[in-house]
Amino acid sequence: MTADQAIAILPFIILGALIILVMLLIAVRRNHLMTAVVSALGLLLCLFSLPFAAAKAPILATPLLAIDGYTLFFVGLILASALAVVLFSYAYLEQTNSGPREEYYLLLLTATLGAIVLPGAVHFASFFLGLETLSVSLLGLIAYPGGQEAPAEAGTKYLILSGTSSAFLLFGMALIYADLGTMSFAQIGQAAIVRDMAGFAPYRLAGIALILVGVGFKLSLVPFHMWAPDIYQGAPAPITGFVAVVSKIAVFAVILRYFGWSDAYRDPSVLDALAVIAVLSMLAGNLLALLQNNVKRLLAYSSIAHLGYLLVAFLVGGDFGFAAAGYYLAAYAVTSLAAFGVVALLTKSGEGRDADRIEDYQGLFRTQPFLAGCFTLTLLSLAGIPPTMGFIGKAYLLIAGVGAGFSILVAALVLGSVIGLYYYLRIVVAMAAPASQDASTAGRGPVLAGSVVLGVLLILLVTFGAYPSPIIDLIRSTVGHWTLS
Amino acid sequence: MILTWLILLPLLGGIPAWMAGERRNVARWIALVILVVDLILALLLLGPRPGLGSWIMLVDQPWIPSLGIGFRLGIDGLSLLLVLLTIGLAIVSVVISWTEITTRSGFFHCNLLWTTAGVLGVFLSLDLFLFFFFWELMLVPMYFLIVLWGHERRLYAAIKFFLFTQGSGLLLLIAILALAFVHFSATGIFTFDYGALLGTRMNPTTEFWLMLGFFIAFTVKLPAFPFHTWLPDAHTEAPTAGSVLLAGILLKTGAYGLLRFVVPLFPDAALSFTPVAMILGVIGIFYGAILAFGQNDLKRLVAYSSVSHMGFVLVGVFAWNALALQGVIVQMLAHGISTGALFILVGALQERLHTRDMRQMGGLWAAMPRLAAIALFFAIASLGLPGLGNFLGEFMILLGGFSDHHWIIAVATFGVVWAAAYALLLVQRTFQGQPGSAMAPDLTSRHLAVMTVLILAIIGLGAYPQPVIDMATPGITFLTHGLEVIR
Repeated sequence: MTADQAIAILPFIILGALIILVMLLIAVRRNHLMTAVVSALGLLLCLFSLPFAAAKAPILATPLLAIDGYTLFFVGLILASALAVVLFSYAYLEQTNSGPREEYYLLLLTATLGAIVLPGAVHFASFFLGLETLSVSLLGLIAYPGGQEAPAEAGTKYLILSGTSSAFLLFGMALIYADLGTMSFAQIGQAAIVRDMAGFAPYRLAGIALILVGVGFKLSLVPFHMWAPDIYQGAPAPITGFVAVVSKIAVFAVILRYFGWSDAYRDPSVLDALAVIAVLSMLAGNLLALLQNNVKRLLAYSSIAHLGYLLVAFLVGGDFGFAAAGYYLAAYAVTSLAAFGVVALLTKSGEGRDADRIEDYQGLFRTQPFLAGCFTLTLLSLAGIPPTMGFIGKAYLLIAGVGAGFSILVAALVLGSVIGLYYYLRIVVAMAAPASQDASTAGRGPVLAGSVVLGVLLILLVTFGAYPSPIIDLIRSTVGHWTLS
Repeated sequence: MILTWLILLPLLGGIPAWMAGERRNVARWIALVILVVDLILALLLLGPRPGLGSWIMLVDQPWIPSLGIGFRLGIDGLSLLLVLLTIGLAIVSVVISWTEITTRSGFFHCNLLWTTAGVLGVFLSLDLFLFFFFWELMLVPMYFLIVLWGHERRLYAAIKFFLFTQGSGLLLLIAILALAFVHFSATGIFTFDYGALLGTRMNPTTEFWLMLGFFIAFTVKLPAFPFHTWLPDAHTEAPTAGSVLLAGILLKTGAYGLLRFVVPLFPDAALSFTPVAMILGVIGIFYGAILAFGQNDLKRLVAYSSVSHMGFVLVGVFAWNALALQGVIVQMLAHGISTGALFILVGALQERLHTRDMRQMGGLWAAMPRLAAIALFFAIASLGLPGLGNFLGEFMILLGGFSDHHWIIAVATFGVVWAAAYALLLVQRTFQGQPGSAMAPDLTSRHLAVMTVLILAIIGLGAYPQPVIDMATPGITFLTHGLEVIR
């Protein structure tokens, strides 16, 4: 490995070192605040190393990992999201958990490490390694609150379903390898061209289908979405945010890269299948969300719909589609983190559950005006109302979809958005209703830290919603330049 | 710069108003001062400014250049009239809410200012994406006004309002995007610039579908006959200030959209769509009037009368005639003033009697003569008494349309009869007859002051409309000019 390559993977090296440091720290002295602070600072350091890596990009660090603008943008997004989750987690754990809390951060960091490998993965090996590192760590995080029923149940469900989906994924990879004799994305693309001349390619198609099943599970796309509501509901709120944001961004980034580099867009049948999945996700996600009375379940279904929206940009492909997906993912990350941040900050000690029932939000405008205001803006962003990132994101997707002439997908997107409005507004209305209970004062310090993060997220949400040009330019110069190097 | 500040001022002013929280008078005065300054800014734009054709002032700044979206604002006589109406009615709304809104006053005035900012943005945008941005922006604060300070069935009304307008809004967005792509494939430039998109070449089928998308979005807002069902609910359940803003301003955005976008962007398709649009307008005139006649709820009566009045606007826009278009402008202004005034009076009645049901009223003239007299004035203004603004608007629309569309106009004229019926019925059932037991104080001096201004405005509009017509004409000639080219 050359020095350039080493600098290019600096964020990965720092994060790896951070994990060891945190582990040793816990062994020496248990202290929740210290662990959280070290984790947060370490993640910040990773973020600061990105410009150095960017100076060397694009570069192939090993045959497994490409460091280019595409990788670095998503790595940055994931690291920043993980940082927000760490800070929310600190506030949340101080409130709810009195047992050992330090290992939580260890798991969070390993999950993040797995996640940042995925956008850079250009080989099935790194694809799978990253994904499993992410999934196995998440399993621990979901079930982390010991002695409670819901997290344990959610953890078990995640274990089984995640394992099953990984099996599908592996088998798909194996079929493609059997057919084409390579596991590198770029070589798959080249080999497939040669192979196609020999006629119909059942192995490769079956392989892609199986990979899509596996990825569909991870992205909770319909019809592979059944796990999402249960796990969103059972997991601790900050981890729900992590599952909704980090793991989805990572998996979306890797499958997008796979499609781009191996030119899987050449198979019309694959695209048709994806279009059906997209329409189903948009409609079923939104319709099922209508029936929910639990905010976390509602957000789970809404995220199913949002991933369906994202598939529109995915199907458009090309520089424009990739850039649209990049912006939408950024908007989705900021919005979802803020949403789960509110849930985490509202959760009170000693209740044994998260603040996820719609009654918990009754009268929030009177009891907690700041959180209510934040949640309102967040929900408006999810619904795609200006001046938020969600609005620009949705417009970007629609521009991509209309430009590509996807009439059915665009119609489903519009229909889904209108249905979505109804249930987002329901929460806002509940918050505006008279209070049903006394305002409880939570511990000030940790909640304050969380509130600051929330404030920052909302400033981003509105700033880049009203003036999105800087971030769009950044995305177009990174994600929009994914071309094979 | 003035144009940018015109929008920014209420937008930024909403924040200190919100911060004022429960200190009611602080929030009110902040809102009032900001709106008055805004009004002065708008008045600065009166007076001749040569060099820009029909435009008085233009702004063109980059916003999202990579997607061809610019921060493009422009004002001509038409926009300026509507801007003045908007700010004027917003001031009225603040004043008449002085005693009605007692809870969360800061947030109320914040929403009021933000809705105003959104509407101003709609009237000033010359970039279709920016237009859509403001189009959506004005909805949320309006939704909050209804849902937080509204009456009994506010939840249902607010959600219905939001779903209707948002659904039609997304349709509009699709149509806007499709138009931009049609332009792109014709010229190779991807832009949302109104000036550039004018005169885009497209085949008739495309043009028709795009026109239909715009048309539906705007007629939902107007509202015209099949899409009007959100209006009675929203108007009825909104607080008085919300009803005034809805009827006075938000409905005008639909009419403005028809004038500014549907006709100039798709002249051929719009021309071929004329019979359908006019028939929808005529149906709206009768349907609104007949339903208004049947209401017991005062606010619903006024709300349905709006549907009827807006039917005239739709007929006028599609009459393809300069006189009718001038009539549309006058009708829009007159309707904004007279319906706003009626909603204020109904609101004042409700504040005093705690009901809007006419069956529980009657003989109120004795108890509150000033309120009753003013209500009578605006009722007959609404039914189209010559000399007042509404008469002039309707008369010009009918006269202008008659030369090309005898039968439709002849039928539409009979709508005026129904207007007389529901307007007089309103006065009859509420103020005449046996005095009930209800005793309540008459209008306060604050309300009287507002009413005086509105009365003078509507008399002025009816008696001496020439300045208004002169202001609006440059923008309208452009519309009829396009037609000449087609013919």
